[in-house]
Amino acid sequence: MAVTSKRETYLESILKMGYTRRDFMKFATYMAAYMGLENSAVGQIAHALEKTPRLPVIWEHYQECTCCSESFIRSDHPIVADIILDKISLDYTETLMAAAGEQAEAAKHETMKKYHGEYILCVEGSIPLGDDGNYCCIAGKTAIQQFKEAAEGAKAIIAWGSCASNGCVQSAKPNPTDATPIHKLVSDKPLIRVPGCPPIGEVMAGVIVHVVAFGRLPELDGAKRPKAFYAKRVHDSCYRRAYYDAGLFVESFDDENAKKGYCLYKVGCKGPMTYNACGTIKWNNGVSYPIQSGHGCFGCSEDNFWDNGPIYERLTAIPGFGIEHTADSIGKAVTGAVAVGVAAHAVASTIKNKLKKSEN
Amino acid sequence: MKEKEFKRIYVWQVPVRIFHWANALSIVVLAVTGIIIANPPALQSDHEAYETFYMGYVRVSHFIAAYVFVAAMLLRIYWAFVGNQYAHWKSFVPFTKKWFSNLFYVIKHDVFMLPYNEKKSKLLHISVGHNSLASFTYLIMFVLALIMVFTGFGLYSQNASWWLPKLFSWVPTFLGSDFTTRLIHHISMWLIIFLVIIHIYFVIYHDVTEKEGEVSSMINGHIFKEKS
Repeated sequence: MAVTSKRETYLESILKMGYTRRDFMKFATYMAAYMGLENSAVGQIAHALEKTPRLPVIWEHYQECTCCSESFIRSDHPIVADIILDKISLDYTETLMAAAGEQAEAAKHETMKKYHGEYILCVEGSIPLGDDGNYCCIAGKTAIQQFKEAAEGAKAIIAWGSCASNGCVQSAKPNPTDATPIHKLVSDKPLIRVPGCPPIGEVMAGVIVHVVAFGRLPELDGAKRPKAFYAKRVHDSCYRRAYYDAGLFVESFDDENAKKGYCLYKVGCKGPMTYNACGTIKWNNGVSYPIQSGHGCFGCSEDNFWDNGPIYERLTAIPGFGIEHTADSIGKAVTGAVAVGVAAHAVASTIKNKLKKSEN
Repeated sequence: MKEKEFKRIYVWQVPVRIFHWANALSIVVLAVTGIIIANPPALQSDHEAYETFYMGYVRVSHFIAAYVFVAAMLLRIYWAFVGNQYAHWKSFVPFTKKWFSNLFYVIKHDVFMLPYNEKKSKLLHISVGHNSLASFTYLIMFVLALIMVFTGFGLYSQNASWWLPKLFSWVPTFLGSDFTTRLIHHISMWLIIFLVIIHIYFVIYHDVTEKEGEVSSMINGHIFKEKS
């Protein structure tokens, strides 16, 4: 095989792994479909993967549970895991790399030096800023030091999952470690947020293939999320939407309506407020997603979702009142108070007029 | 009892009255449908989902009423610049000394019904249109209406195809999420409900106690004032 450039292209490494060209074309087609691109883009992706030298990727783990990595390596197509993880030159990732300790750090620093300004930095996890960042240290450095160092020479940064995008559970009240999502820590680099706890594996694959194949970020929305996957609410692509529009709701999890598969809106489904692709791409190779399994969405890809009220009720807690006090309970109480006030005023003014009349 | 003489003053011009009733109607529809959307009643049905469209109609009514609300609001904003003195925007944000003294007068004697000195009560007559407390309340109401429009269209923008609601698509991003946006939308609805209750009560109260025809004034535009 003729080596056209100093660095291997994606196609070259794919063929080297023992896949056929047919597998490669299937992979390109999968990716185009995931990215929501039209048919003609298949050729573009194949072309890009054929010609572009592989981009080095540094994948950092900070305060997180590694569910993003777990989701990613289970994404639908085997080439995703093999190529993206093993061969996209994932030069550094604590979870999956063979090297450890000094070796691992050395590999990372070599990549950072050699490919300065070219590598993609993927971040999984939030970064604690409290107590000088001492809550999360890797190789003797705090997460924030590690991150700043790696971000400096990155071509683009991908924030994987809700931890890196929103802070997730670590930043839930009272946020003891001052866990901070990474978009608040860097402003001079192209950044993409892929929220979800975890994000869907195919979504992650779609995003990273887009970045490495086209050398630029996919189209993003106002919150820096890829539009192809986060433009719609889970509610808008839900197969139970017809029950919502018909006003047919599950009232409790063991009722007849639940058996019939009615809409889970009233038992706390956060689908109407959550932007994600669960309804279309689904989970575990397209098997199902929470609502299909009879459980409401709890909005894991939304900002601050741990503090947004109870999972099984369609209520939003008012800050400072505790969860049992909702807008409606307070609203009803105050409406009652207003009504009492109005009635008292009416009675008092009537009495006053009577007194006035009797004086005259 | 000695006979009193009244003069008839034209206060509420036609656009103000159109605004008022369009606004009132849309608020009623918006609040009722909004409460249903927030917590839909449990309905049992023999029909399959494809045969009914109950929530769909409720939501469509909410959105149509929202457009009526915005249209009325735009009309009122326009009229705040070209209308008469009672409709002018300056009557809502005067913050002058006279305005403050009227404000305290209204709070003391109308709200808390403290006895007043008849000779000093001349101040009463500066409020042919809104009194100071009322105009200030409508200023708050206007701010609440703006919050409703921004959060409401912000939530709606994701499903919209028209450019106007799409102008508000930055709102949920700015506030953090749809959760927060919805919460603000919901709380503001309750605040508007409180103001509506107080508004209706005091209109009737003034009509009964001062006999100036306040209730009918929003239909025929005229208020009766005692000749002094």
